[in-house]
Amino acid sequence: MEESLLNTGDTAWILVSAALVLIMLPGLALFYGGMTRSKSVLNMIMMVFGSLFLVGVLWILYGYSVAFGTDVGSGLLGDPAEYFGLSGLMTDDPEATFPAMAFVGFQAMFAAITVALVAGAIADRAKFATWMVFAGIWATIVYFPVAHWVWGEGGWIFEGMGPLNGVPAIDFAGGTAVHINAGAAALAVALVLGKRLGWPKNPMKPHNLTLVMLGAGLLWFGWFGFNAGSALAADNTAAVVFVNTIGATCAAALAWLLVEKLRDGHATSLGAASGVVAGLVAITPACSSVSPVGALILGVIAGVACALFVPLKFKLGYDDSLDVVGIHLIGGLVGTLLIGFLATEAAPAGVNGLFFGGGTEQLVSQAIAAVAVMAFAFIVTLIIAKVLDLVIGFRVDEDSEITGVDLTEHAETAYEFGETGGGGKFVGTSERAALRAEAQDAEGVNA
Amino acid sequence: MRLVTAVIKPFKLDEVKSALEAYGIHGLTVSEASGYGRQKGHTEVYRGAEYTVDLVPKIKVEILVDEDDAQSVVDVIVKTAQTGRIGDGKVWTVPVDTVVRVRTGERGPDAL
Repeated sequence: MEESLLNTGDTAWILVSAALVLIMLPGLALFYGGMTRSKSVLNMIMMVFGSLFLVGVLWILYGYSVAFGTDVGSGLLGDPAEYFGLSGLMTDDPEATFPAMAFVGFQAMFAAITVALVAGAIADRAKFATWMVFAGIWATIVYFPVAHWVWGEGGWIFEGMGPLNGVPAIDFAGGTAVHINAGAAALAVALVLGKRLGWPKNPMKPHNLTLVMLGAGLLWFGWFGFNAGSALAADNTAAVVFVNTIGATCAAALAWLLVEKLRDGHATSLGAASGVVAGLVAITPACSSVSPVGALILGVIAGVACALFVPLKFKLGYDDSLDVVGIHLIGGLVGTLLIGFLATEAAPAGVNGLFFGGGTEQLVSQAIAAVAVMAFAFIVTLIIAKVLDLVIGFRVDEDSEITGVDLTEHAETAYEFGETGGGGKFVGTSERAALRAEAQDAEGVNA
Repeated sequence: MRLVTAVIKPFKLDEVKSALEAYGIHGLTVSEASGYGRQKGHTEVYRGAEYTVDLVPKIKVEILVDEDDAQSVVDVIVKTAQTGRIGDGKVWTVPVDTVVRVRTGERGPDAL
């Protein structure tokens, strides 16, 4: 029998990392859910979990194949038929250091979290069914192809094709494919759905900051899998990336708090949670190409940039409810572009940026990749969302928005305080149909 | 009989309760309330966006008392709840014509 090259340490690390990335989804659900008003927290959590359910299925059917199949579109698209249903990937490949399926599982989680990130822009007002349709279409024509561009063999950004002039843009774990992509899409859906009723005049403050902090902590924990797992080996690169993920995140959180203290007079817990995420986002593309000190600098710049950008939405007039643009798009741009300055040959990626004696080629490639993903995601998302809005409606009606989408979209409320509740009585399953008919009759009479 | 209603600062509840017990009041009803008077609310900042919060959290205490006790009970509350700073609250009384103890059906002053 041929000797297998399979490395059990690498395989174990990739599988654990995939599970770590999975925990980012409940983390994101809490992070986002705590920031909504109490009448729409369940809807937000469901949009995040719904993305996971749907993308998990699509990934197995054709998503993996579009992202990582053999290139069939000049660097734009993998072959959807090649690995349809993950066919052919179950056999043991003696040449591989880890099973293909470990990579499939790991990358499935990336696809799920990227789609879920977009939901933060349309808190409090989206129809759940339309969101699910959107999530499926968006994953199919935006995320899967962009993942191919950035990480797929034959992908134009991965190979440095076309405008990149042979210099591949560095995106270790998803500054472009995940964060710029989701951030630009978030801006598009926020514009299509429009401002929430009363925004920005009425207070729409976070209903539970303890959930937000817990969510940020879970995101950070999972992000170690996201970044260090992207080394696809339990090796030196993974360890460097791991430490950079600590440094940039701590620095960004401190920077955000300092901006708040100087500008608003107080360091807030929401600012701390936001700084954590901004730092994680920014270090994501750069974690293999900068030194630990470089990561600290990058973190500070990301924390300051995002903290200053977020309130601009009130001036610019778009209701990106939970600041997906201000944190993921801006953080993603900062991290992706700073590679061009802060990259050092001493780091695992082995590339020098401008500050370390490198030329401008890397910076130019980073900028082209960033702008290309941003423009593609924004335009295509705008079209998808607009068409869905015209055909099946993306936004709930005014009454539902005032009542709260938890109740109108899911027939649930998140919190029950005290024992009085809402009164009423248990209605058995058999009685339900009769009661509904009665309610409809009553409505008919009133109308 | 009279109903004494007091709106006080939340951290004063325990002191007021003890003082009333010492005076001989054996039952009262407490609820969380919010409102504003001369003490205006505060501002909160979320990601750089400032919100003004007008309503200040308060505790509302309600006590049913005999006509003769009403003024003394009011005095006890005012004395204990007072900090001298803005936002100490208000106390008022209104006449009550019927009180019934649910368990026994006793009516009037016997039910207090």
